[in-house]
Amino acid sequence: MQDKPLVIAGREFTSRLIIGTGKYKDYAQNAAALKASGAEMVTVAMRRVNVMNPDEPMLVDFINPKETVYLPNTAGCFTGEDAVRTLRLAREAGGWSLVKLEVLSDPKHLYPDMEETLRAAKMLIDDGFDVMVYCSDDPVFARKLEDLGCAAIMPLGAPIGSGLGLQNKVNIRLIVEQSSVPVIVDAGVGTASDATEAMELGCDGVLMNTAIAEAQDPIRMARAMKHAVIAGREAYLAGRMAKKRYADPSSPLAGLI
Amino acid sequence: MRLLHSQPLSRIGETDMPLPMKITLNGEDHEVESGTTITALLGALKIPLVKVAVERNLCIVPRSTFDEVILQEGDRIEIVRFIGGG
Repeated sequence: MQDKPLVIAGREFTSRLIIGTGKYKDYAQNAAALKASGAEMVTVAMRRVNVMNPDEPMLVDFINPKETVYLPNTAGCFTGEDAVRTLRLAREAGGWSLVKLEVLSDPKHLYPDMEETLRAAKMLIDDGFDVMVYCSDDPVFARKLEDLGCAAIMPLGAPIGSGLGLQNKVNIRLIVEQSSVPVIVDAGVGTASDATEAMELGCDGVLMNTAIAEAQDPIRMARAMKHAVIAGREAYLAGRMAKKRYADPSSPLAGLI
Repeated sequence: MRLLHSQPLSRIGETDMPLPMKITLNGEDHEVESGTTITALLGALKIPLVKVAVERNLCIVPRSTFDEVILQEGDRIEIVRFIGGG
């Protein structure tokens, strides 16, 4: 039985895993992890060119933007204006309107500043961007972002880079149930079971960076994540059995010798 | 009226000569010759222009105009590219 593709702002994806491109040993390892993960979209950051060393390796030489969808982010932006400025540059550099908005607050926890996030989302949508938005796991804010016209709601599972796994499954499920645009858990996944858990809750996809990049063997973990996302999705579609308080034998009791 | 201009006296009458000009490039002081276009700046820095975006005084410079936009004294130029990120 074929699953339907993940559709974000009219673009179809077979893979429900999105991976980051930060923290890898080098871009070659990053490209190998991407291949192993089967992901079709990667997040990327915009930064100043090192004018003293124009020969430094370029991400685009390792991960071809014609084959893999680049999702420019606003990591490091703490105001709506910073975020909009960054993404306008990204659109000029790559020609893409599909972007990841994240407006951060305190560097200690990197929780999104939801007031600024809402403001920036509106500015970007008015400017023609398709906005996938990193947000808190608050269903009320998630609803507001969807009402503004965001293309995907991306609540955190746990603080960025923490690898703690889903901290608030109740909220993630509430967001999944109320949303009519894709819901993608962004941040907090530490290992394969976390990704599976997010998918079992009915999320449409999972976005992760550190869980793969900081694994002892990033390429093997990328492959694990590919399978984890597929397993979670299949389990969600299959519909799990009811939980029971006591044992229920799997072999028939009738005809015992 | 010419005195209103801040050109050094020795330069008066030599306006066809390219003059050194200060700009801010990615947050650092940088010197270019007057008349430098964005394309020329990227060329001098050996930066492949297909892989970057340029901002001049907080306004995006469309790639299609790199040949025409001429830098002015005091311009604040940002040249950015994609790097790995989460």
